[in-house]
Amino acid sequence: MPLLSVEHLDVTYGAIRAVRDVSLSVEPGEIVAILGANGAGKSSTLNAIMGLAPKTGGRVVFDGDEVQGLGPERIVRRGMTLTPEGRRIFPKLTVEENLTLGAIPLRDRSHAAGLRAGMFERFPILRQRRAQAAGTLSGGEQQQLAIARSLMCEPRLLMLDEPSLGLAPRFVDLIFDLLVALRGDGVTILLVEQNVDRTLSIGDRGYVLASGELRLSGSADDLRRSTGVERAYLGIGAD
Amino acid sequence: MDLVAQQFINALSLGGIYALLALGLAIVFSVMGMVNWAHGEIMTLSGYAMWMVTSQLHAPIVVTFLVAVGTGLVAALAMERIAFRPVRGSSQVTMMFTSFALSITLQVIFQDLISPRPRGVQLPAALSQVIPVFGLRIGIIQVTAFILVLLSLGLLTLFLRRTTIGISMRAASEDFVVARLMGIRADAVIAVAFAISGILAGVAGFLWVAQHGSVQPTTGLTPVIKAFIAAVFGGFGSLPGAVLGGFVLGFIEIMLQAWLPQAALPYTDALSVGIVILILLWRPNGLLGTVTDRA
Repeated sequence: MPLLSVEHLDVTYGAIRAVRDVSLSVEPGEIVAILGANGAGKSSTLNAIMGLAPKTGGRVVFDGDEVQGLGPERIVRRGMTLTPEGRRIFPKLTVEENLTLGAIPLRDRSHAAGLRAGMFERFPILRQRRAQAAGTLSGGEQQQLAIARSLMCEPRLLMLDEPSLGLAPRFVDLIFDLLVALRGDGVTILLVEQNVDRTLSIGDRGYVLASGELRLSGSADDLRRSTGVERAYLGIGAD
Repeated sequence: MDLVAQQFINALSLGGIYALLALGLAIVFSVMGMVNWAHGEIMTLSGYAMWMVTSQLHAPIVVTFLVAVGTGLVAALAMERIAFRPVRGSSQVTMMFTSFALSITLQVIFQDLISPRPRGVQLPAALSQVIPVFGLRIGIIQVTAFILVLLSLGLLTLFLRRTTIGISMRAASEDFVVARLMGIRADAVIAVAFAISGILAGVAGFLWVAQHGSVQPTTGLTPVIKAFIAAVFGGFGSLPGAVLGGFVLGFIEIMLQAWLPQAALPYTDALSVGIVILILLWRPNGLLGTVTDRA
């Protein structure tokens, strides 16, 4: 049974249909990528799954249960979360406070301190900066904080929206290595990324969106060999 | 010198009340994007509760204080649940008119059910005495006011820094959407914001009514307008700004009252607001203002 299954998803903002009839699934332990050009509907898809964007059609089933009509604060308690585009850390709060908030969805918050210690182990820079306002961190450090904050609720499915966007190369390496390590720890990952080559090199499978519709899907190896990905980015559409 | 020190205490006392009210407005605004114009009526309700327990039950002063604060808390929570939750997420104009309507409705209810005329609130005579401190004559009520204001600000700071719900509220005021993504419940954060604003308005109402000795349907009107000016002046959206704005406005008013010639006294408010406008021309976002994207 897939951990996440999205069936015939539509997302509409006013008169604009951002996503039309998109279906996809994520199996436990996979890294699945959603690829496509700007405005293809990738972020809208993730946001709709998480309850942040209006689902106007279709179903989202997580771990066998439909999450239809739930707000993000309820969906996150089911065990999936999103590291949003642009990091969206709380800039005036300290690093430590940002992490504390990440643990709110946990049923039992008594081991939140232990989880935080684990994050400091995994992201040593955050330990150094723990008492600093998060807004004073560099872009790469903020992205580490955003991911660590997401991990504080021990998600079974972690969705990430453009985690490497705008980062210095050494941070891009760090983020992709981290995703591989997380999969090793049993976290399933659904990833939206502009960096197609890197994403397909670590990913198991991928979906390609163009103009809000699903154009192509397959294993990461097949997608790398296909010309359809480039065609989707150029807006020609796959055949 | 004597006079300066006494006016200084008066300014701290009046500014403290403005600060508490401005803080209440700012906290609700920071999580909901709404200015609650009915905030003053929470004060008025606390005042009427004081009138009832003092005139009917001859309650001791501590009980009167607790009743005032409790009334503020309950009134604010009821307002949120009954009037503001249905319009949450609506346009700013809709929320503004809702709070205006609530404010005027409550004032009319006070007029019709209680009285359009002031009701006297008798507090122990000890409160209105003056005590000599280092040769100065200091009013007990002014000192009490300042201590209560400091205590409220201290407790609120602890709450916002040390508790998970307090940290959640600060997060929600920075980015409400991502706060929900963290599992923070919108209903809870907004209810707590109103609860805090109600407690602060209850404390402010207690001090205001204790100093004026009476409560009437429009008791909350002037203070809430002053508090709004203070919050804008300090930098809307900034909680320290609201506190600073409240104290500075209190100082400006007291200083004008103390040193303006007799003939100019009716223009105290016009002059104090004029000074605020001048300062805002120099700092358009307020004293500690950062631009908020809700504003």
